[in-house]
Amino acid sequence: MFTIKNYVVAEDLAQAYELNQKKNNIVLGGIAWLKMGERNIQTAIDLSKLGLDKIEEDEECFKIGCMCTLRDMEVNASLNSYFNGAISRSLVHIVGVQFRNCATIGGSIYSRFGFSDILTLLLALDTYVELYNGGIIPLSTFKDMPYDNDILVRIIIKKDARKVSYFTHRMSATDIPTLAVAISKLEDKWQVVLGARPQKAMLVNKAETILSETPTKEEIDSLVDYVIKEVKFGSNMRGSKEYRQILAKVFINRGIEEISGGTYAN
Amino acid sequence: MQIKLWVNNKVFEDDIAVDTLLIDYLRSKGFYSVKRGCETANCGLCTVHLEGKPVLSCSTLVMKANGLHVTTLEGMQEEVEEFGTFLADEGAEQCGFCSPGFIMNVLAMKKELVNPTELEIKQYLSGNLCRCTGYMGQLRAIKKYLEIAKED
Repeated sequence: MFTIKNYVVAEDLAQAYELNQKKNNIVLGGIAWLKMGERNIQTAIDLSKLGLDKIEEDEECFKIGCMCTLRDMEVNASLNSYFNGAISRSLVHIVGVQFRNCATIGGSIYSRFGFSDILTLLLALDTYVELYNGGIIPLSTFKDMPYDNDILVRIIIKKDARKVSYFTHRMSATDIPTLAVAISKLEDKWQVVLGARPQKAMLVNKAETILSETPTKEEIDSLVDYVIKEVKFGSNMRGSKEYRQILAKVFINRGIEEISGGTYAN
Repeated sequence: MQIKLWVNNKVFEDDIAVDTLLIDYLRSKGFYSVKRGCETANCGLCTVHLEGKPVLSCSTLVMKANGLHVTTLEGMQEEVEEFGTFLADEGAEQCGFCSPGFIMNVLAMKKELVNPTELEIKQYLSGNLCRCTGYMGQLRAIKKYLEIAKED
């Protein structure tokens, strides 16, 4: 458990940003992960009174405030009318409803957890993060940036007609994933994201060139070979490197099949 | 820091340490239905309603509840007894330690889901662990309870 000396309910983002420049100060998300550690926090910064708990949308995108809970994203009908409802499907197995009513999207994405379902899924969409100081940058750039003192204000997801599939393997229904695979297809462009390897999620850039609009068995095999050869998988208490490679093969096949409307024969 | 919140519609004003968790605050006020069954935000035993939504009080700072309404099992006697009868009739409980958090989540589910399927019930309640049973009795009790609830 952590300790907190001072607690500030931020009046605006400028104040929050200024406070966050001190090393021992921290922005609070849902605290579910934070409380697993032993940090001594000088000043905790609470963003919950800044109206950042909403999902807004216009014709081009969804803008999700950093304090929006995972549960609010999961049950938002408009958000899940896109991407084959994959956002909801990627969240539903995270611990329980009560947990997802606490956990925030800002906390999840800022932390860039290796086991993150939602980071894996959002990397397969056209997603950006809005930072207070750093402006709007692609999530794929942000996820590899060092943890700094900026403030993640919103997640921006561009609306498009992409089809999305999402698969995970878990030791039990509510455990963190042993492997997570998100696959999307927009027109003839495929994106394959592997998460919980157990390292943080990554986009397989080669997928775009290996897979044609309607991938053949050979193309899928060649992508799987590439992934097993080039993508780094690791071992931990949830599974070995070899086991994760087998799961990756199965999920890549299933994901592509689901999107192209084929069978599960693999 | 000075706070003001409502627990079961009764106002509480206190000067608290800012790192106090809601679970510890509630227990210090005598709401012993709120229990800690794990240290990892996984078991659901500490479930309370914050502005009507089920949350883990072990993962909520009291500061987050400042100015808001908290409901514990003690504040929902009538509904709890009604559903508790269904649990007892199905012989669902063994040690009963997980029941308060479980019941609080069932009551939240009843408010939120309309005519849920078995899968939806399981998904809504999967964050409530029970180490005695196999959940079958609870599931029977919920189905019977929701059937009755529908007739109201």
